[in-house]
Amino acid sequence: MTSVTLVRRIRARPPIVFDAVTTAEGIAQWWGPDSGPVLMAEADVRVGGRYRLRFRMLDGTEHETTGTYLELLRPERAVMSWRWTGGIEDPGESRIEIVLRPIPEGTELTFSHSRLHDEDTRRSHEAGWTGSLRKLEALFTDPAAPAREA
Amino acid sequence: MVNHQERLGRTFAALVDPTRRAILAQLERRGGTSISELAAPFAIKLPAVMKHLDVLADAGLVTRSKAGRTVTVRLRAQPMRAAMEWLRHYERFWSSRLDRLARYAEDQEVKARSEKR
Repeated sequence: MTSVTLVRRIRARPPIVFDAVTTAEGIAQWWGPDSGPVLMAEADVRVGGRYRLRFRMLDGTEHETTGTYLELLRPERAVMSWRWTGGIEDPGESRIEIVLRPIPEGTELTFSHSRLHDEDTRRSHEAGWTGSLRKLEALFTDPAAPAREA
Repeated sequence: MVNHQERLGRTFAALVDPTRRAILAQLERRGGTSISELAAPFAIKLPAVMKHLDVLADAGLVTRSKAGRTVTVRLRAQPMRAAMEWLRHYERFWSSRLDRLARYAEDQEVKARSEKR
Protein backbone atom coordinates (compact mmCIF):
# COMPACT_ATOMS: atom_id res chain seq x y z
CA MET A 1 0.00 0.00 0.00
CA THR A 2 2.91 2.28 0.48
CA SER A 3 3.80 3.45 -2.97
CA VAL A 4 4.22 6.60 -4.99
CA THR A 5 3.64 6.86 -8.72
CA LEU A 6 4.75 9.70 -10.95
CA VAL A 7 4.20 10.24 -14.67
CA ARG A 8 6.45 12.34 -16.92
CA ARG A 9 6.35 13.17 -20.61
CA ILE A 10 9.84 13.32 -22.05
CA ARG A 11 10.90 14.62 -25.47
CA ALA A 12 13.15 11.65 -26.22
CA ARG A 13 12.55 8.24 -27.77
CA PRO A 14 11.88 5.26 -25.44
CA PRO A 15 15.29 3.53 -26.05
CA ILE A 16 17.10 6.73 -25.08
CA VAL A 17 14.99 7.13 -21.93
CA PHE A 18 15.46 3.44 -21.14
CA ASP A 19 19.24 3.76 -21.27
CA ALA A 20 19.13 6.92 -19.17
CA VAL A 21 17.17 5.00 -16.55
CA THR A 22 19.24 1.81 -16.47
CA THR A 23 22.88 2.37 -17.45
CA ALA A 24 25.59 3.54 -15.03
CA GLU A 25 26.29 6.55 -17.22
CA GLY A 26 22.60 7.42 -17.23
CA ILE A 27 21.77 7.00 -13.56
CA ALA A 28 24.86 8.97 -12.55
CA GLN A 29 23.20 11.97 -14.20
CA TRP A 30 19.96 12.04 -12.29
CA TRP A 31 19.79 9.54 -9.45
CA GLY A 32 21.48 11.60 -6.75
CA PRO A 33 19.21 13.52 -4.38
CA ASP A 34 20.66 16.98 -5.04
CA SER A 35 23.25 18.52 -7.34
CA GLY A 36 26.14 17.15 -5.26
CA PRO A 37 28.70 15.01 -7.15
CA VAL A 38 28.26 11.35 -8.02
CA LEU A 39 31.37 9.59 -6.69
CA MET A 40 30.80 6.19 -8.21
CA ALA A 41 28.26 4.56 -10.50
CA GLU A 42 28.36 0.89 -11.43
CA ALA A 43 25.67 -1.06 -13.21
CA ASP A 44 25.62 -4.60 -14.49
CA VAL A 45 22.62 -4.13 -16.75
CA ARG A 46 21.11 -7.61 -17.00
CA VAL A 47 18.44 -9.43 -15.04
CA GLY A 48 20.00 -10.39 -11.71
CA GLY A 49 22.81 -7.85 -12.19
CA ARG A 50 23.46 -5.22 -9.54
CA TYR A 51 23.84 -1.47 -9.64
CA ARG A 52 25.55 0.69 -7.08
CA LEU A 53 25.70 4.44 -6.85
CA ARG A 54 27.64 6.52 -4.38
CA PHE A 55 27.18 10.28 -4.14
CA ARG A 56 28.03 13.23 -1.96
CA MET A 57 25.26 15.59 -1.06
CA LEU A 58 25.65 19.34 -0.85
CA ASP A 59 25.72 19.06 2.96
CA GLY A 60 28.89 16.93 2.63
CA THR A 61 27.35 13.61 3.67
CA GLU A 62 27.97 10.56 1.48
CA HIS A 63 25.33 7.99 0.67
CA GLU A 64 24.93 4.90 -1.39
CA THR A 65 22.00 3.24 -3.10
CA THR A 66 22.18 -0.32 -4.39
CA GLY A 67 19.85 -2.77 -5.98
CA THR A 68 19.29 -5.58 -8.45
CA TYR A 69 17.71 -5.47 -11.89
CA LEU A 70 14.64 -7.70 -11.68
CA GLU A 71 13.18 -7.18 -15.16
CA LEU A 72 14.64 -5.51 -18.23
CA LEU A 73 12.59 -5.25 -21.38
CA ARG A 74 14.21 -2.57 -23.55
CA PRO A 75 12.69 -0.12 -24.31
CA GLU A 76 9.43 -0.75 -22.46
CA ARG A 77 9.91 -1.73 -18.90
CA ALA A 78 12.51 -1.98 -16.13
CA VAL A 79 12.04 -3.23 -12.58
CA MET A 80 14.71 -3.02 -9.92
CA SER A 81 15.07 -3.36 -6.20
CA TRP A 82 16.29 -0.29 -4.35
CA ARG A 83 17.83 0.28 -0.97
CA TRP A 84 19.82 2.93 0.86
CA THR A 85 23.06 1.78 2.36
CA GLY A 86 25.32 3.82 4.58
CA GLY A 87 24.28 6.45 7.04
CA ILE A 88 20.72 7.57 6.81
CA GLU A 89 17.60 5.63 7.67
CA ASP A 90 17.31 2.20 6.10
CA PRO A 91 13.65 1.42 5.54
CA GLY A 92 14.58 -1.91 3.92
CA GLU A 93 14.44 -2.98 0.32
CA SER A 94 11.83 -1.39 -1.90
CA ARG A 95 10.97 -1.73 -5.56
CA ILE A 96 11.17 0.62 -8.51
CA GLU A 97 9.18 0.00 -11.66
CA ILE A 98 9.58 2.08 -14.78
CA VAL A 99 7.20 1.73 -17.73
CA LEU A 100 7.87 3.57 -20.99
CA ARG A 101 5.20 4.19 -23.61
CA PRO A 102 5.89 5.85 -26.96
CA ILE A 103 3.87 9.03 -27.55
CA PRO A 104 4.07 11.49 -30.48
CA GLU A 105 6.45 13.86 -28.66
CA GLY A 106 8.65 11.09 -27.30
CA THR A 107 8.02 8.95 -24.22
CA GLU A 108 5.56 8.81 -21.40
CA LEU A 109 7.36 7.50 -18.35
CA THR A 110 5.47 6.02 -15.42
CA PHE A 111 7.66 5.68 -12.38
CA SER A 112 6.52 3.86 -9.27
CA HIS A 113 8.35 3.26 -6.07
CA SER A 114 6.56 0.65 -4.03
CA ARG A 115 7.05 -1.58 -1.01
CA LEU A 116 8.26 1.47 0.83
CA HIS A 117 7.38 -0.24 4.05
CA ASP A 118 8.34 -3.88 3.79
CA GLU A 119 6.57 -5.41 6.74
CA ASP A 120 3.33 -3.61 5.99
CA THR A 121 3.53 -4.48 2.33
CA ARG A 122 3.72 -8.14 3.24
CA ARG A 123 0.68 -7.76 5.42
CA SER A 124 -1.20 -5.78 2.83
CA HIS A 125 -0.61 -8.58 0.33
CA GLU A 126 -1.98 -11.04 2.83
CA ALA A 127 -5.03 -8.87 3.20
CA GLY A 128 -5.37 -8.82 -0.58
CA TRP A 129 -5.13 -5.09 -0.73
CA THR A 130 -2.45 -3.12 -2.42
CA GLY A 131 -3.23 0.51 -2.16
CA SER A 132 -1.67 3.68 -3.34
CA LEU A 133 -1.33 7.24 -2.27
CA ARG A 134 -4.72 7.97 -3.78
CA LYS A 135 -6.41 5.11 -1.96
CA LEU A 136 -4.92 6.23 1.30
CA GLU A 137 -6.24 9.72 0.70
CA ALA A 138 -9.64 8.30 -0.20
CA LEU A 139 -9.89 6.81 3.26
CA PHE A 140 -11.16 10.02 4.72
CA THR A 141 -13.09 11.22 1.71
CA ASP A 142 -14.89 8.06 0.58
CA PRO A 143 -17.98 7.62 2.76
CA ALA A 144 -18.68 4.12 1.40
CA ALA A 145 -15.55 2.28 2.56
CA PRO A 146 -16.53 -1.41 2.49
CA ALA A 147 -17.17 -3.30 5.69
CA ARG A 148 -16.06 -6.90 5.40
CA GLU A 149 -15.87 -9.93 7.61
CA ALA A 150 -12.73 -9.67 9.73
CA MET B 1 10.77 5.74 23.00
CA VAL B 2 8.98 4.68 19.87
CA ASN B 3 10.80 5.96 16.81
CA HIS B 4 9.25 7.55 13.76
CA GLN B 5 9.62 4.45 11.55
CA GLU B 6 7.92 2.24 14.13
CA ARG B 7 5.06 4.68 14.50
CA LEU B 8 4.58 4.79 10.73
CA GLY B 9 4.75 1.01 10.62
CA ARG B 10 1.91 0.77 13.11
CA THR B 11 -0.17 3.30 11.21
CA PHE B 12 0.24 1.45 7.91
CA ALA B 13 -0.38 -1.94 9.53
CA ALA B 14 -3.57 -0.59 11.11
CA LEU B 15 -4.76 0.82 7.78
CA VAL B 16 -4.20 -2.41 5.84
CA ASP B 17 -7.37 -4.06 7.11
CA PRO B 18 -10.60 -3.08 5.26
CA THR B 19 -12.79 -3.38 8.37
CA ARG B 20 -10.50 -1.02 10.25
CA ARG B 21 -10.59 1.45 7.38
CA ALA B 22 -14.40 1.23 7.43
CA ILE B 23 -14.38 1.87 11.20
CA LEU B 24 -12.22 4.96 10.67
CA ALA B 25 -14.49 6.16 7.88
CA GLN B 26 -17.48 5.84 10.21
CA LEU B 27 -15.72 7.76 12.96
CA GLU B 28 -14.84 10.45 10.44
CA ARG B 29 -18.52 10.89 9.63
CA ARG B 30 -19.95 10.64 13.12
CA GLY B 31 -17.40 12.09 15.53
CA GLY B 32 -17.56 10.45 18.99
CA THR B 33 -19.40 7.11 18.89
CA SER B 34 -20.12 4.35 21.38
CA ILE B 35 -18.68 0.92 20.63
CA SER B 36 -22.10 -0.69 20.13
CA GLU B 37 -23.17 2.03 17.67
CA LEU B 38 -19.89 1.60 15.89
CA ALA B 39 -20.28 -2.19 15.66
CA ALA B 40 -23.89 -2.07 14.39
CA PRO B 41 -23.22 -1.78 10.62
CA PHE B 42 -20.64 -4.59 10.61
CA ALA B 43 -21.31 -8.26 10.04
CA ILE B 44 -18.89 -9.15 12.82
CA LYS B 45 -19.31 -9.68 16.54
CA LEU B 46 -18.58 -7.09 19.17
CA PRO B 47 -15.36 -8.79 20.44
CA ALA B 48 -13.96 -8.69 16.88
CA VAL B 49 -14.74 -4.96 16.70
CA MET B 50 -13.01 -4.50 20.07
CA LYS B 51 -9.89 -6.22 18.69
CA HIS B 52 -9.84 -3.90 15.70
CA LEU B 53 -10.20 -0.94 18.05
CA ASP B 54 -7.21 -2.19 20.06
CA VAL B 55 -5.07 -2.16 16.90
CA LEU B 56 -6.32 1.31 15.95
CA ALA B 57 -5.69 2.60 19.47
CA ASP B 58 -2.14 1.14 19.49
CA ALA B 59 -1.50 3.01 16.25
CA GLY B 60 -2.83 6.16 17.90
CA LEU B 61 -5.59 6.45 15.30
CA VAL B 62 -8.45 6.37 17.83
CA THR B 63 -8.92 7.28 21.48
CA ARG B 64 -11.37 5.64 23.87
CA SER B 65 -12.87 7.35 26.89
CA LYS B 66 -15.18 5.83 29.45
CA ALA B 67 -18.13 7.64 31.04
CA GLY B 68 -20.17 5.34 33.30
CA ARG B 69 -20.78 2.18 31.27
CA THR B 70 -20.35 3.79 27.88
CA VAL B 71 -17.05 3.84 26.03
CA THR B 72 -16.82 6.62 23.46
CA VAL B 73 -14.46 6.18 20.51
CA ARG B 74 -13.00 9.15 18.69
CA LEU B 75 -10.78 9.56 15.65
CA ARG B 76 -7.28 10.94 16.03
CA ALA B 77 -5.95 12.08 12.68
CA GLN B 78 -2.31 12.99 13.50
CA PRO B 79 -0.73 9.57 12.74
CA MET B 80 -2.64 9.50 9.46
CA ARG B 81 -1.22 12.90 8.56
CA ALA B 82 2.29 11.68 9.42
CA ALA B 83 1.80 8.67 7.14
CA MET B 84 0.59 10.87 4.28
CA GLU B 85 3.45 13.30 4.83
CA TRP B 86 5.92 10.43 4.67
CA LEU B 87 4.57 9.30 1.29
CA ARG B 88 4.59 12.89 0.02
CA HIS B 89 8.23 13.13 1.05
CA TYR B 90 9.03 10.25 -1.31
CA GLU B 91 6.96 11.86 -4.02
CA ARG B 92 8.98 15.08 -3.79
CA PHE B 93 12.20 13.07 -3.58
CA TRP B 94 11.55 11.38 -6.92
CA SER B 95 9.87 14.30 -8.58
CA SER B 96 13.05 16.40 -8.58
CA ARG B 97 15.08 13.43 -9.85
CA LEU B 98 12.69 12.72 -12.69
CA ASP B 99 12.99 16.35 -13.76
CA ARG B 100 16.74 15.80 -14.07
CA LEU B 101 16.23 12.47 -15.82
CA ALA B 102 13.95 14.16 -18.37
CA ARG B 103 16.53 16.91 -19.02
CA TYR B 104 19.31 14.37 -19.43
CA ALA B 105 17.30 12.12 -21.78
CA GLU B 106 16.23 15.11 -23.86
CA ASP B 107 19.88 16.19 -24.21
CA GLN B 108 20.78 12.65 -25.27
CA GLU B 109 18.01 12.72 -27.85
CA VAL B 110 19.34 15.98 -29.30
CA LYS B 111 22.86 14.52 -29.42
CA ALA B 112 21.65 11.31 -31.11
CA ARG B 113 19.86 13.33 -33.77
CA SER B 114 22.83 15.59 -34.50
CA GLU B 115 25.18 12.57 -34.75
CA LYS B 116 22.97 11.04 -37.42
CA ARG B 117 23.33 14.04 -39.70
